Amino acid sequence: MSTTTTPAIELRSVGKTFRVAGGVLGKDRRVVAVDGVSFAVPPGGVLGVVGESGCGKSTLARLILGLLEPDSGDIAVEGQRIVDMDRKARARLIQPVFQDPFSSLNPLTRIRDIVAMPLQAQGTFSRAEIARRVDEMLSRVGLPGEMGNRLPAELSGGQRQRVAIARALVLRPRIVVCDEPTSALDVSVQAQILNLLAELRRDLGLTYLFISHNLAVVEHVASEVAVMYLGRIVEKKPTQALFHDPEHPYTKALLASVLTPEPGLGVPDVGLGDVMPDPANIPPGCRFHPRCPIAEPRCATETPPLRPRPGGGVECLLVP
Amino acid sequence: MSALLEVEKLEVGFGGNTSAVRGASLTVERGETHCLVGESGCGKSVTALAVMNLLARGGHRTAQRLSFQGEDLLKLDDRGMARLRGNAMAMIFQEPMTSLNPAYTIGSQMTEVMRRHKKVSQRIAIDRAADLLGRVGITAPGLRLGQFPHQLSGGLRQRVMIAMALMCEPQLLIADEPTTALDVTVQAQILRLLAQLQRDLGLGLLLITHDLGIVARVAHRVSVMYAGEVVESAATAQLFADPRHPYTQGLLRCVPVPGKQRQDEPLGSIPGTVPRIGPGFEGCGFRDRCSFADATCARSVPHQVAAPGHDYLCRLAP
Ligand SMILES: Nc1ncnc2c1ncn2[C@@H]1O[C@H](COP(=O)(O)OP(=O)(O)OP(=O)(O)O)[C@@H](O)[C@H]1O
Ligand SMILES: Nc1ncnc2c1ncn2[C@@H]1O[C@H](COP(=O)(O)OP(=O)(O)OP(=O)(O)O)[C@@H](O)[C@H]1O
Ligand SMILES: [Mg+2]
Ligand SMILES: [Mg+2]
Repeated sequence: MSTTTTPAIELRSVGKTFRVAGGVLGKDRRVVAVDGVSFAVPPGGVLGVVGESGCGKSTLARLILGLLEPDSGDIAVEGQRIVDMDRKARARLIQPVFQDPFSSLNPLTRIRDIVAMPLQAQGTFSRAEIARRVDEMLSRVGLPGEMGNRLPAELSGGQRQRVAIARALVLRPRIVVCDEPTSALDVSVQAQILNLLAELRRDLGLTYLFISHNLAVVEHVASEVAVMYLGRIVEKKPTQALFHDPEHPYTKALLASVLTPEPGLGVPDVGLGDVMPDPANIPPGCRFHPRCPIAEPRCATETPPLRPRPGGGVECLLVP
Repeated sequence: MSALLEVEKLEVGFGGNTSAVRGASLTVERGETHCLVGESGCGKSVTALAVMNLLARGGHRTAQRLSFQGEDLLKLDDRGMARLRGNAMAMIFQEPMTSLNPAYTIGSQMTEVMRRHKKVSQRIAIDRAADLLGRVGITAPGLRLGQFPHQLSGGLRQRVMIAMALMCEPQLLIADEPTTALDVTVQAQILRLLAQLQRDLGLGLLLITHDLGIVARVAHRVSVMYAGEVVESAATAQLFADPRHPYTQGLLRCVPVPGKQRQDEPLGSIPGTVPRIGPGFEGCGFRDRCSFADATCARSVPHQVAAPGHDYLCRLAP
């Protein structure tokens, strides 16, 4: 008998491509943002997503939130197809914290009203209840009450990021998709926010998809980590396994590029070259081969299979 | 010869009741990377914006001295400042979307800066833009030049901002959290590029960052801000080896290092929050959070020298 629970988030072979106009002379190009991505996050789990800038992490987040429709594959949140859900129900279930806090906050709306918006949109909360919840949330994210009356432009970058987190959590959703939630914060405030997210997860049983470039942060919060490169997940494992036994050459390069706070060591060059991948022109074979420090000739022609590992797998021809 | 950028006793307020910057001083030399770190909301961006004379409405700056290459920026009118901005002194803003115009393509925004300041043809400007996009690690520059900001990922936008700031070969680059949206491999590439420009062109860099890993690896000098003040300033190795201000000490203690994280322990942080600081605030802004605070900390804070070039604001003995 199977005892499997319905995953909080489940993706099956999800793909998303953007068409980009080529201008007067050029022809239209298709940018591959997400390509054949499958994974499941159990309830209460935290999937960390790391990877190269532009590899499709935010697109993945927007697909899971139902803000974009996939070209192929299926996305289910708590067993329901996200694109079929009604907006209010979706908002109660899953909420985003976006990357660029300024552009995701309306500049003419006061902070209190921004945080109140998800509650207001539900149409079922009294004014007093809304005010109470907003106050509670603002203080939980460490914004003094007086800041509630300000406009976004009157806050620092980190303060705005806390507003975005307060807005995401005010409805007490079950799943939170965090896209770089703390990259604008200093280490101390970042720790406060991450400790808060961890506390809420324990208290409320939340599930997180957690996108970040900060590997130490991912190591701290995630139960599993997926490494993306050019639209695909090239390695996925439980957190400890990924950090202590990375197998994919891209994962290794990422870990080797981390700048630890040790003066005098300079900035490492991990040998990936300076030629970045072109998402409108995915290399054949292994998509990482043009930059891979250990590539062999067959990497340019053979598509790497998924080599299963406990809790995930690796897509590289050169690992056993 | 005067330093590239000199800021002495800068004060910035917003509408009379917020003191965002309180007497901050710092210097950037040619070819130097000076990192500015500090608690979120402590006034780093406002300091940078005050130097560029780009404070939001209601913002007001005063200073004992604010000079660029010996030229007094306080005396410069709007036209004079516009001549420097984006040209000899460029800035990369903390949030790319606030400074990229959503209605124009990347290509037209990048070439516009250059054509405003230098007498060059569109062709030359396009070539330079494409070249710089390549150098910040963007392939298919042709594709990207024709795209609009919303079609780019966060990190691509951030790199466009970096490339745009370099269009006119600035002498001074103020970079406000320029790599937050970049993965660590691209971040390393950008930092190497900036270091190379520093060697080749003597670029002076004022780098605002929360990432103490970056600070340790690239800064020559570090200034730590807290509640609008520069509370400690030292050469990088000195600051990491011998931090004197309790805030700096706390900050260095809570840097998370990958490979060493434990999920069953909360991340280290400095308890408490920054007090509300308006005009007339007396004493040390950190005293409510400081385990060394005593009654004198509410009255005055001495400026002390720990070693040549290493000073800090605290009563604790050097
Ligand atoms: N609306 C759009 N139109 C065209 N292309 C798009 C659009 N949105 C995203 N893309 C492209 O899809 C790719 C993936 O973008 P995405 O924002 O998902 O990357 P990311 O992994 O979040 O990167 P970053 O770490 O820099 O934020 C990029 O090449 C981007 O330019
Ligand atoms: N336009 C404004 N009106 C009123 N107050 C402002 C304005 N801009 C900034 N402030 C306040 O000035 C203080 C300093 O803000 P600043 O943006 O310089 O912080 P920061 O050090 O850059 O922080 P972060 O690391 O979060 O970006 C903050 O308390 C902020 O709320
Ligand atoms: Mg993104
Ligand atoms: Mg700032």
